[in-house]
Amino acid sequence: MKSFAYERASDPKAAAAIASRAHARFIAGGTNLLDLMKIQVETPETLVDITRLPLKEIAEADGGLSIGALVTNSDLAADERVRRDYEVLSRALLAGASGQLRNKATTGGNFLQRTRCSYFYETNARCNKREPGSGCDAMNGFNRILAILGTSDKCIASHPSDMAVAMRALDAEVETLKSDGSTRRLTLPELYRLPGDTPERDTNLEAGELITAVRLPKPLGGTHIYRKVRDRASYAFALVSVAAVIGVENGRMETIRLAFGGIGTMPWRDARVEEALIGEAPSAALFAKAADILLTEAKGHGENDFKIPLMRRVLPAVLREATGVAA
Amino acid sequence: MITLTVNGAEHKLDVDIRTTILDALRDHLGLTGSKKGCDHGQCGACTVLINGRRVNSCLTLAVMHEGDEITTIEGLGEPGNLHPMQESFLHHDGYQCGYCTPGQIVSAVGMLGEVKDGWPSHVTGDIAHGGADLSNEEISERMSGNLCRCSAYPNIVDAIRQVGTTGKGAV
Repeated sequence: MKSFAYERASDPKAAAAIASRAHARFIAGGTNLLDLMKIQVETPETLVDITRLPLKEIAEADGGLSIGALVTNSDLAADERVRRDYEVLSRALLAGASGQLRNKATTGGNFLQRTRCSYFYETNARCNKREPGSGCDAMNGFNRILAILGTSDKCIASHPSDMAVAMRALDAEVETLKSDGSTRRLTLPELYRLPGDTPERDTNLEAGELITAVRLPKPLGGTHIYRKVRDRASYAFALVSVAAVIGVENGRMETIRLAFGGIGTMPWRDARVEEALIGEAPSAALFAKAADILLTEAKGHGENDFKIPLMRRVLPAVLREATGVAA
Repeated sequence: MITLTVNGAEHKLDVDIRTTILDALRDHLGLTGSKKGCDHGQCGACTVLINGRRVNSCLTLAVMHEGDEITTIEGLGEPGNLHPMQESFLHHDGYQCGYCTPGQIVSAVGMLGEVKDGWPSHVTGDIAHGGADLSNEEISERMSGNLCRCSAYPNIVDAIRQVGTTGKGAV
């Protein structure tokens, strides 16, 4: 690990100001950042410790919830309001990492974790995300876990978070504080970037911009499911996952929220899929059509080709479970 | 210079800024019960309790934990005065080579606290209302952050379930 200057922030504004310096990083749970610093994929010159900032509350706000950025993944998953009204979020959190990691990892940090692409971690390999312009060894390499949607010819790295997939289904927004003291609120499609020609930038956050909270809109009701398919039963990243909130009234699907993990370069959602289902009577044929729409532009790169037929089965399975329609 | 509180005692340490809790424990305080397996938070051999919660001590910096209460395997019990979880691992033969054992035991103690607090897990059925039972499936899921390359898992699960259901380590 390369050495760094360490600063413990006393308040959020001071933290944002210090972190706007060149080569500075916030550190909270540190479970991803320190891992990357040990192998020198991340080499910050300054670490701004934000763990003592007062951003650890979950409060009711505007009929929904305001979740402090430093609420741990464990505390968020165990919160009674989240378990009752946003079950898909608890489920997604509990499907991720291990008990020890969830006790450390924070809500803000979970959004900002980096891809687990092997070539991003392997400093002897070419990786446009780690070293812009160097090339991409994943494209024709071991890409079993990588993305099939939202990719570019520069990068096919999948976004690893389970939590962010549920957050996307729930229309969560992040609140931030910039180094000039101003604040803003970003939807997840505004927070995240597709790789395009600049895969080194995962998000649209500016230097020193601090996520302070996450806002969840009022509860949707309905049936909540987080289905995660992975190579072992626990403590593994998703090959594919589906976060679903489905409400059926009078035989028709009146609430549909669907987001997807493991397949996209960002936590994925496709309005066309929900439009095809909303207001319709559930049926196996309709579910198959929804999967076709989701995967219209999907592109495998060899080892990860299987994700296309896998998702073509998993999405209908989730919809069948949510609506009670038989196969 | 930083001050760490480990097993109830305060220690002043002059450490490099990069020092993890694990390295501070092992290399500066001589507490070698916490093991370095992967050093990347994947194996759980380094598990300690910080303010009562289990964490991977290899993935957090010592300087970030001034004033926090750190509990290691040495702080749970010692020969002649074992913690029930240590007794239970002995009774059930919950190990083979023993390298992962301190992490397993500390993690199990932290995990039972989480169950007592009503935290759900990935395999809990009704998370909106329910607490969790201590089925084999629940214990395995909740302990998935601790790997055992000897694969002593069946006896580890038995050892943990006994403490979780009876509070006692010895039969």
